[in-house]
Amino acid sequence: MGLTGLEIFKHLPKTNCKKCGFPTCLAFAMALANGKTSLDNCPDVSDVAKEALSSAAAPPIRLVKVGSGDNVLEMGDETEIFRHDKRFNHPTVVAIAVNDNEDIDAKIDAINGLAFDRVGQHYEVDMVALVNASGDAATFKAAAEKAAAKTQKNFTLVTADVAAMEGALQVLAGRKPVIYAADKDNYEKMTELAKANGCPLAVKGENLDDLAELVDKIVALGYRELVLDPGSRDTSKVLADMTQIRRLAVRKKFRSFGYPTMVFTSKDDPQEEMLQAITYIAKYTGLVVLNTTKKELLLPLLSWRANVYTDPQKPVAVEPGVYEIGEVNENSPVYCTTNFSLTYFLVEGEVDATRIPSYIISVDTGGISVLTAYADNKFTAEKIAAAIKDLGMEEKVKHKQIVIPGAVAVLKGKLEDESGWEVIVGPRESAGIQKFAKERFA
Amino acid sequence: MAVELFKEKYRSQVREVVLGATKEEGGTRSHTLKVGGESALPFLHFEGKIPNRPLVAMEIWDIVPEEWPAGLKSFFEDVYNDPGAWAKKCVEEYGADLIAVRFKSADPDIKDASAEECIATLKKVLEAVGVPLIIYGCGKAEKDNTIIGPLAEAAEGENLLLGVAEQDNFKSVASAAMAYKHCLIAQSPIDINIAKQLNILIAEMSTPLLDRIVIDPTVASLGYGIEYSYSIMERARFGALQGDRMLAMPTIANVGHEVWSKKESFISEEEQPGWGCQEERSIGWEAATAGALLQAGMDILVMRNPKAVGLVKKLIDDMMQDNS
Repeated sequence: MGLTGLEIFKHLPKTNCKKCGFPTCLAFAMALANGKTSLDNCPDVSDVAKEALSSAAAPPIRLVKVGSGDNVLEMGDETEIFRHDKRFNHPTVVAIAVNDNEDIDAKIDAINGLAFDRVGQHYEVDMVALVNASGDAATFKAAAEKAAAKTQKNFTLVTADVAAMEGALQVLAGRKPVIYAADKDNYEKMTELAKANGCPLAVKGENLDDLAELVDKIVALGYRELVLDPGSRDTSKVLADMTQIRRLAVRKKFRSFGYPTMVFTSKDDPQEEMLQAITYIAKYTGLVVLNTTKKELLLPLLSWRANVYTDPQKPVAVEPGVYEIGEVNENSPVYCTTNFSLTYFLVEGEVDATRIPSYIISVDTGGISVLTAYADNKFTAEKIAAAIKDLGMEEKVKHKQIVIPGAVAVLKGKLEDESGWEVIVGPRESAGIQKFAKERFA
Repeated sequence: MAVELFKEKYRSQVREVVLGATKEEGGTRSHTLKVGGESALPFLHFEGKIPNRPLVAMEIWDIVPEEWPAGLKSFFEDVYNDPGAWAKKCVEEYGADLIAVRFKSADPDIKDASAEECIATLKKVLEAVGVPLIIYGCGKAEKDNTIIGPLAEAAEGENLLLGVAEQDNFKSVASAAMAYKHCLIAQSPIDINIAKQLNILIAEMSTPLLDRIVIDPTVASLGYGIEYSYSIMERARFGALQGDRMLAMPTIANVGHEVWSKKESFISEEEQPGWGCQEERSIGWEAATAGALLQAGMDILVMRNPKAVGLVKKLIDDMMQDNS
């Protein structure tokens, strides 16, 4: 349970020495209660006080790392309920299940192929969840060997059988996989294994009460690198459990739930499974395990993950410059827009759909949209004219015509004077580009 | 050890809006539908009521939708020339809760159809199906102002959901809703303050209309800024539950319209082999966009692909399961 500023204050040296960067011990205590600073910043705090304050000093959700070397995934360390308050920090890890008794090579090949490039970003599936479906320890170990040789991705090892886990860890311990899972029957041994190998340990409860109890027992054994599975599999129940875990950890500083979470999808139909995962990514899940390896379904899923985890306070920009859409030549139309990524990619999508090879000039507006940039003097005739010149457009095309967004039609006269190019006023909305291009350039 | 659950205590709830009217109520619909009324964040049944399931409307046009990709068009090829048959197919075969009729023909650049022509189409659809209807103009405000009023008059008492009132053009739709007893869509451009302001303006014309407004916060497609819409909606819904009565309306999203213009929906596998099967991908893109918006509190999803509709209806079935 979180402490109030006054409760924390009682444990501080009360010297007001300012070494922590705050004017008084009380101010420091208040900041600490709100999670805005760390107790480490107080050089004079006693060990006794430290122990007492450790719960207030710790982040509400622990940062847990999977993997080793250059291939480490971070989970947890979330501080928010709503992304509009502040960004969500660590994108949901997406894992695909591989059974130890199926064609491992084929499935891992498919998983390795789940990588996508769209709108200037690269997405890929992060992890293989190797499942001891055979129930046989030797098969599981052999599968781990096969899988390890096939992919550099991170792993979750899925078996309740301690001996099977031990065997697979002999192969994969160096890659610090998630050990899934400690339950009420095996938790002591699984905790030992996790400790000995320095791997994150998944804790699987039957429900929230059971989960909290199990977490406390494992913490009492001295291990805290945990990932929580509340055990629910029905979409609505998972939503409720994930919401409770996040709220209790963040709002109530309930320590037993202060860890990242995970869940397995439960639908057989790949599309339905993908929609379950869409829900889980929206609502607080740290790691989701799916079965499908269909590219056409992982693309929407990973796109959604990228969307949810963007920083809501920071405009997303594309590199200013000239972009070639299709096999351009000296007769290709030239469009211009801002470098706000949403605007740019909408325009790019529409220009691409015209099937007429074209250039798009993305003018540096500091990543803000057409009208905002215009109002802020960042999308001006001078800037566009300079871009035409600096990007060498006169050498690229022979027509000297440029299309500007309809929303800034007012720039036409000035831009023609500044650049010497003929300015064509395009549609107000990107959705009008296809029709516009058909009439104008086809 | 019993974990003490964290339940938010809200001061208010979303208004409940009734769509459609039966014979007894002055219309001809076989049933009415209720939408909104939530007293908790989306699907958190453990802390409040989610009395009405979100609805899926299917969109039909009054012209052949040439611009729709072949895979999507193939579902409706036999009914394109007959909006009544098209609507019937959506309801009977694909399980649409509502039909959204888009009067594309009115577009001055397409057919420039008159109000009378649109009314004839609307009557056909009203006769063909018993579900409540949503109507949209062609999207060009000047022309739409000349057709929405007559359409509303011709369907007086049917309690249609009329689209769309905007901040700088709401009077004709709001007066039509008021005069002929319909509901209306208040559309704002991904901006919570404009959403609120528009509702205030409409309320100034007629306070009772507050119980007939459905907010269209304007949504973007998955991959193209959906997170902006998502966060605006989360804020609006949280605000509504906290007691902001001018944001406490159910919501509607033009999902199909947004997703089908995106590359991820229509580009073929030959052109983009790394993205997998186009048909499945387009279904996934539309369903995923809808699924994401459901988590922000969307109440009506206007969609196109029957397979995506089926998936989203199943998802809604699952989300309506009690989780307390």
